[in-house]
Amino acid sequence: MAKVYETVIGLEVHVELATKTKIFCACSTEFGGSPNSHTCPVCTGMPGSLPVLNKKVLEYAIAVGLATNCDITRYSKFDRKNYFYPDNPQNYQISQLYLPICRDGFVEIETENTSKKIRIHEIHMEEDAGKLIHDEWENCSLVDYNRSGVPLIEIVSEPDMSSAEEVITYLEKLRLIIQYLGASDCKLQEGSMRADVNLSVREVGAKEFGTRTEMKNLNSFKAIARAIEAERARQIELLEEGKEVIQETRRWDDNKEYSYAMRSKEDAMDYRYFPEPDLVPMMISEELLNDIKANQPELRTEKQKRYKEEFDIPEYDIDILTSSKHLADLFEETVAICKAPKKVSNWLMVETLRLMKEEEMEAEDLKFSAENLAKLISLTDEKAINSTVAKEVFQELFHHNIDPVVYVDEKGLRTVNDEGELRRVIEQIVNDNPKSVEDYLGGKEKAIGFLVGQTMKQMKGKANPDLINQFLKEELLKKA
Amino acid sequence: MSILNLSALALSEKIKAGEIKVTEVARLVLDQIKETEESIHSFVSLVDEDAVMKQAALLQEGIDKGELTSPLAGVPMAIKDNMCTNGIKTTCSSKILENFVPTYSSHAVEELEKAGALLIGKTNMDEFAMGSTTETSAFGITKNPVNIEHVPGGSSGGSAASVAAKQCYFSLGSDTGGSIRLPASYCGIVGMKPTYGTVSRYGLIAYGSSLDQIGPMAKTVADCATVLEVISTYDEKDSTSMKRSDTDFTAALVRDVKGMKIGIPRDYFTEGLQVEVKEAVLKAAEVFRSMGAIVEEFDLSLVEYAIPAYYTIASAEASSNLERFDGIKYGYRTKEYEGLHAMYKKTRSEGFGAEVKRRIMLGSFVLSSGYYDAYYLKALRTKALIKKAFDHAFASYDMILGPVAPTTAPKLGMSLSDPMKMYLGDIYTISANLAGLPAISVPCGFDQAGLPIGLQLTGDCFMEKKIIQAAFSYEQEMIQKEVE
Amino acid sequence: MKNIISDETMEYVGILAKLELSPEEKEHAKQDMGRMLDYIEKLNELDTTGVEPMSHVFPVVNVFREDVVCNTDKTEEILKNAPGVKNGMFKVPRTVE
Repeated sequence: MAKVYETVIGLEVHVELATKTKIFCACSTEFGGSPNSHTCPVCTGMPGSLPVLNKKVLEYAIAVGLATNCDITRYSKFDRKNYFYPDNPQNYQISQLYLPICRDGFVEIETENTSKKIRIHEIHMEEDAGKLIHDEWENCSLVDYNRSGVPLIEIVSEPDMSSAEEVITYLEKLRLIIQYLGASDCKLQEGSMRADVNLSVREVGAKEFGTRTEMKNLNSFKAIARAIEAERARQIELLEEGKEVIQETRRWDDNKEYSYAMRSKEDAMDYRYFPEPDLVPMMISEELLNDIKANQPELRTEKQKRYKEEFDIPEYDIDILTSSKHLADLFEETVAICKAPKKVSNWLMVETLRLMKEEEMEAEDLKFSAENLAKLISLTDEKAINSTVAKEVFQELFHHNIDPVVYVDEKGLRTVNDEGELRRVIEQIVNDNPKSVEDYLGGKEKAIGFLVGQTMKQMKGKANPDLINQFLKEELLKKA
Repeated sequence: MSILNLSALALSEKIKAGEIKVTEVARLVLDQIKETEESIHSFVSLVDEDAVMKQAALLQEGIDKGELTSPLAGVPMAIKDNMCTNGIKTTCSSKILENFVPTYSSHAVEELEKAGALLIGKTNMDEFAMGSTTETSAFGITKNPVNIEHVPGGSSGGSAASVAAKQCYFSLGSDTGGSIRLPASYCGIVGMKPTYGTVSRYGLIAYGSSLDQIGPMAKTVADCATVLEVISTYDEKDSTSMKRSDTDFTAALVRDVKGMKIGIPRDYFTEGLQVEVKEAVLKAAEVFRSMGAIVEEFDLSLVEYAIPAYYTIASAEASSNLERFDGIKYGYRTKEYEGLHAMYKKTRSEGFGAEVKRRIMLGSFVLSSGYYDAYYLKALRTKALIKKAFDHAFASYDMILGPVAPTTAPKLGMSLSDPMKMYLGDIYTISANLAGLPAISVPCGFDQAGLPIGLQLTGDCFMEKKIIQAAFSYEQEMIQKEVE
Repeated sequence: MKNIISDETMEYVGILAKLELSPEEKEHAKQDMGRMLDYIEKLNELDTTGVEPMSHVFPVVNVFREDVVCNTDKTEEILKNAPGVKNGMFKVPRTVE
């Protein structure tokens, strides 16, 4: 009889914290500077330079720990992790092994028909490495230390997951918590959230865990799902062939849908951790904890509750709007300006979601501002543009965050409210279309539709439809 | 009295009084270096003569205008070559940094430059401060100005020799296991290691980060106190820098030891201690007694465990601190290599000297998987016990008196043949580093060969003032005796 | 000598420390390391049961920096001492095959 296997998965999730400066020096963490322009002696490992901890890093780490039900380590230290690699300028990484800042937490995830606790083993703080670029012309590599020293937290789960769906649900949940805390934007594509997957398989019912492998370089939920499936299959195949799974680190290549071992004789994997002598320990007082708790931003469930009380919008809308911190922020900021929650919600729920789907975008990547969305809403309120024009303007807003007022004026899209001109056009249309006039007057009320269309066409779409209707009826009555 | 023989403070008075110009002093010092450097070799690199003269003129202008009022204004100084100096080559006496020119200065150097001290050059040292003789430098050995057949001690041998050879008026050294006090003692000058955290380590190229401290080396206790006062400011760039409000060390230059309780560890006076050293130290103890101090013998305990604990901790930290020297960002890179790891290995193997490699290997081993607890944690536990033994001692005594080293300066070439023996030379100095304590080395006589002997006073943490006061009192007493 | 250091150990430590010793150096280093370890093992005479390892000598805690950008673009200074530079980056041997 064929053996039945189960998959055991634990995750190591690295999250780049949203601080202004690096973890141990006053260099900017901003993306996109020219190579090595955000560096200093500290984050390039110059001789004699020394690290000083950014307080915000500790506060974010504790905030994430509290939101994931962790115990906060009251006496915590940094350790050095020693390994040679060019992206690591000191050839040691300042991290935490012996006394990580958070331990023993959990996150609850909803799967198809149940909910499940994923336990968190620990959360520790550490520094990110620089970036290596491979130069094909000279067959060498080039190092840019702009990312070196960017603060990270590593969230290490227990091996509590058993499928790709669970892994992704867990990651989405973590991401939402961290985004709500403002601790990170958690973008997988840009690498501000990265997940390493520890996976093993065992026969259903077995007591012992199988040998696990660690998979790196997973840049999207899709890649994670594919890598899990492939690794599960690879390990089962090995076992079926009577071979052993080797404990190793593997790098996932999402194009080839294949992972390969990152082994080298020169990588001893013996990191010689020891307490970092250049940094002093952290003593987390009750006071600091209470401060962080008091300054904790509103999390999703609190927000949902508040929306229900404050805004007259359907529960379904509330769920969608709060499913992303950015979307919720956009909603609230726009409402604060235009005081029309229902209308703002409509724009976000209908047009925004439609275009996001079309562009395969995430809410975090939305570029338009609350100010501009509010301007668009007031343009429609004032009937300065009609709904067709409004949708066109929104497209531009969505893609390029244009100022709707400027855009409408430049393109001459404002509804023409010059009654004299409209009456002249209508008079002309009525005179030119005796057949339709006859039909209408003969009781075919629908015939007016053709005349409205003709008028709008003549007005190049910029007429106020209510006025067209009103004036047309008046003009037709004259013919009766 | 020749200008070159003056203490830094005495020189400073003459400059302030307009009796001598900074440019004249600079000229004298540059000439003295020309005359003596070939035989002593205190320096790895000298500041360009024209630059020194130009700076001297600027400093004189600042003094004349009343902008520079520090007692160190216009006083020529030398800096150990493991402290970064902006625009001036900083090598740690190692081939791996042979061409490294920092773009920043260490905090201590910045403070001295603000005070108007005149930098003359960067002094030779044991490579990466690993050694007690200044013979492991990649740029030649330094000789003891008292007798050039002998070593100056180390690792701050160049800093000690430059003061002793009157090539400058004071210098900075660094002390990880005795590297200021030992060469001060061998060269017959005063050297002081302050409490850990008193002087910022920013810009000091690390050897053992938890043990390293920068300190002054000079002709007199007063000079040392003056320099220490200038460099002991709080520095937010060093997390281990302490905010102290009691750094007015010159206030302790008071000749009075009445009622001070001084303990002499019986366990310091064991086999291996040169008779003349022992006698000189006990004689100094008598001087303290005669001045009204209460001097008693006691058992400190654990003395013989300090060296093995020290070598474990210092080597472990060094193995990590020296990982950054990899031929990528600065310093030496090997010429030919096949791939990344070969580049690392060849660069480091060619760039580091034998003693440095020895300690890196030992340090990597004691931290490696399976040995961390047995070696490294055991050493950290021993360190805790040693700290406790000192706490116990300082509950009864204001300071501990003893020798700096078991012998006077050995002959050149004698120590390196047997590293274990060289390590034992640090037996009296190392525990102050493990426990973070301040300690000062003051000359207390000569052996029959005419080599200087040093007396060590070790204080409780943050009690620099006590040992400065005691050392100052002793020094003044001895000067008076000499006059009489 | 109690601690006999094997060639394998030397090679392993060489990989960790990125050092490659010549055959003579290696023999010498094996002797040195063995003797040092013998010496360090003197610490085993001490009973340290229940003693907390002391990594930091003073009980100073919580030294922080505020999250304010102070550093400016110093690319030129940072690259000044580099043995190899290209396009504003540090040039190194190729890291992946």
